[in-house]
Amino acid sequence: MQAFEYIPATTVKEAIAILAREGEQARVLSGGTDLIVQLREGRRKVRAVIDIKQIPEVNELSYDPATGLQIGAAVPCYRIYGSPAIAAAYPGLIDAVSLIGGVQIQGRATLGGNLCNSSPAADSIPALIAHQASALVMGENGERRIPIEEFCIAPGRTQLQRGEILLSIHIPPVSPYSGGAYLRFIPRNEMDIAVVGVGAWVALDQSGTTITAARIALGAVAPTPLYVPESGAGLIGKLVSSETVAEAATIAQAAARPITDMRGSAQQRSHLVGVLTRRALHIALKRAGYKSA
Amino acid sequence: MANKTAVQATINGEDVEFLCEPHQSLLEVLRDVLRLTGTKEGCNNGNCGACNVILDGVLVNSCLVLGVEAQGKRITTIEGIAPPHGLHPLQQKFLEHAALQCGICTPGFIISAKALLDHKPHPSEHEVRHWLAGNLCRCTGYDKIVRAVLDAADVMAVEVSK
Repeated sequence: MQAFEYIPATTVKEAIAILAREGEQARVLSGGTDLIVQLREGRRKVRAVIDIKQIPEVNELSYDPATGLQIGAAVPCYRIYGSPAIAAAYPGLIDAVSLIGGVQIQGRATLGGNLCNSSPAADSIPALIAHQASALVMGENGERRIPIEEFCIAPGRTQLQRGEILLSIHIPPVSPYSGGAYLRFIPRNEMDIAVVGVGAWVALDQSGTTITAARIALGAVAPTPLYVPESGAGLIGKLVSSETVAEAATIAQAAARPITDMRGSAQQRSHLVGVLTRRALHIALKRAGYKSA
Repeated sequence: MANKTAVQATINGEDVEFLCEPHQSLLEVLRDVLRLTGTKEGCNNGNCGACNVILDGVLVNSCLVLGVEAQGKRITTIEGIAPPHGLHPLQQKFLEHAALQCGICTPGFIISAKALLDHKPHPSEHEVRHWLAGNLCRCTGYDKIVRAVLDAADVMAVEVSK
């Protein structure tokens, strides 16, 4: 592997100062499941690696039904699905974090890293967008909050400016009669990169039959994870039915801009967006309390 | 850049101190510095699980951990699995079920299975297959490995109840 300086930062301020000084020459290390591979393969060159795992704030994982879920940037996946309260409240997020790599990847890989690595096929990002998550970012001039759907700007590139660091991801409290789901297609059962991923989230009225809010986000069909607001908006006020779900899926399909590559053709991906959007919505509806006839 | 860092860790219950460069992986440190060559290098990019170790109770790929990140950590490698005399039930059952042929993947499988049984002493077949999904074996076809792990879990449950 290329030589670099290893800096175990102990405070956010210290990490920000190094990031501001080094710019692109420094990279944050949390779980390392992407970064170490990139450094070893020479896909990324850095002078300094800043390990943030000794910074207390970024290791915090807290859930409060009144305020929602806060996931520190260095919290590995296994801690998220290992919390029964979080798993019960956000099953759509759990769908995503429990299928990223195998168990030994989940022991290290973080949602913060998945987000900052900014892969178009990242599994957690469509799920986070569907759950209306936001990123808390800090720089030399203070904090700012970025909706997850705006965080990634290109493959491998994010909104983070020089000297800025991701502190945490926040998901709003769970509203009654709501539910989320994440599904992906891969040509095998485990351990693969999404050909297409779909995150869905819905809320129902008290009767459990009419949709009051919905959010759909797609993975691996555009240069960045793709939020499709019009797909969810079309569901609002509608009675739950296979037809309404199919309409939302058609809208999602129209928004997708897939390419053909080694993992699948554009045509296959477009088809998969329709299938997975329907299925993810049905799961989300069920989790929201809809009882199909 | 070639400044070596002194790292203290507990490996297989023993306090050790080693020198390593920032870019050396834990796998390289284990094999090349500490001469614990039971841990194998397969793909060296986190896909095959041959280098798996248990780090502070968590199963990890040692090729995706820097040696310097081991500071203050507890690490279990394949060398730390067997009791002073004899074999660990997982090792015994791998032999009985012929759950290995060339053997390169075996330390990683035994470490993953150990991490599973530490976490869940009575796994279902599905859970065993899920936990071992990150370990690749090109010889056995996996079935014998899964049976060996399930059998070891049964043996260990009997030992616990004795």
